[in-house]
Amino acid sequence: MSERKTIDARGSFCPGPLMELIAALKLVQIGDEIEILSTDKGTVNDVPEWVAKVGHEMGEITEKGDHWSVVVKKAK
Amino acid sequence: MATRILIVGGGLAGTIIANGLCRQVGDEISKGNISITMLGTSETHMYQPGLLYVPFGKIREKELFRPQRKVLDKKIIFHVDPAKNIDVDSQKVTTESGKVYEYDYLVIATGSRIMPQNIPGMVEGAHWLYDLDGARKMRDALEAFEGGKIVVNVNAPHKCPVAPVEITFMLHDYLSKKGLMDKTEITYTYPIGRVHALEPVAEWAKPAMDQHGIKYETFFNTKEVDPKAKTISSEEGVTLNYDFLVTIPPHNGAEIITNSGLGDGGWVPTNKTKLLREGSENVFVCGDTTNIPISKAGSTAHFEADTIIDNLTSLITEKRWARDYDGKVFCFVETGMNSGTYVWFDYNTPPNPGAPSQMIHWFKLAYNRLYWLSARGLL
Repeated sequence: MSERKTIDARGSFCPGPLMELIAALKLVQIGDEIEILSTDKGTVNDVPEWVAKVGHEMGEITEKGDHWSVVVKKAK
Repeated sequence: MATRILIVGGGLAGTIIANGLCRQVGDEISKGNISITMLGTSETHMYQPGLLYVPFGKIREKELFRPQRKVLDKKIIFHVDPAKNIDVDSQKVTTESGKVYEYDYLVIATGSRIMPQNIPGMVEGAHWLYDLDGARKMRDALEAFEGGKIVVNVNAPHKCPVAPVEITFMLHDYLSKKGLMDKTEITYTYPIGRVHALEPVAEWAKPAMDQHGIKYETFFNTKEVDPKAKTISSEEGVTLNYDFLVTIPPHNGAEIITNSGLGDGGWVPTNKTKLLREGSENVFVCGDTTNIPISKAGSTAHFEADTIIDNLTSLITEKRWARDYDGKVFCFVETGMNSGTYVWFDYNTPPNPGAPSQMIHWFKLAYNRLYWLSARGLL
């Protein structure tokens, strides 16, 4: 059964939300989802760009007041 | 009965905390009211950032090491008996020798480790400087290098976030001085869409790479290395040829963390301001071991350790919290063999590195020795 894990990368300047996402995806199974919370607006562009290149699946992108929630499903 | 503080891990984080606590509550330790026990894996303490200089022959190996017992305050009970299991429910740590240590407060500072074996072909095909053996091998291979394609490959997660750009520019300087850059091409690969995670560092490093003729391949997450064909391929579908491959390997936390069920990948879920393990009131986590989404670096461990020293002292002596960790990180950045800069930031302050200078490079060289004062809790 697939699971969802949340990474709270709000306020993370280094290594930053996308690096945290890449590291987190290495630790979950195909079909699992990672939700990344980020205060960096660039995340809503950076993550879909990388996900398209590498071949995972994008989930919802939601603005939540002072931060964004970006969901990615591990596909390979 | 004494309040028992048990520290698992004898790296920088655990050592600063142990020594710092001795400075705060040394009298209580002498009276028998508090005890500090450290479980380490080695009699020797290594200054890990010094490994950066080994491949370039810029540091004497002896400078990297001190006997751990001499670094630690004499009031600390130190055992080289690696912890095998941490049971936070029964508040017990079992060691490889079979001994069981009970605690009132636990500090987990088990650090991180390189995992080149996680990428097919990486162990056989790549050099790295994140351990002494690897740094020595890279030094010997560099001495024999006569020119060709060098790939500096960066993987996530890894500790010391600025090391990849430092290695790249130092390699360029080293090979230029040997007169080999006209026969050498350096390509730098990075997992995300710019050349460094820190945007200001990327904004400085990218034009500097352009100026030095260093190529870069961003969005490069390593899939495999073919040591026979001398190629490295990415999950994103790019393959590069190399004659000399330097990797910043992916890291995991310590095996004891996963074996004890305390966190995937060896990273312990940790409150980002209290530095307490999530779900525990008496288990602190420090340094690379946490899953906090900030740099895995010595300075992070140092600033976290200072916070834990203050809070443990206050909790034991006054039954109150002293302060929160603000996410502070400070990193020197070597920008060549003769220049450097620095960057600092916290949870609320973005990084803003200054222009590189020779003075900062010299200060970094001075810090390579001042480190031992940090470890002793003096700096």
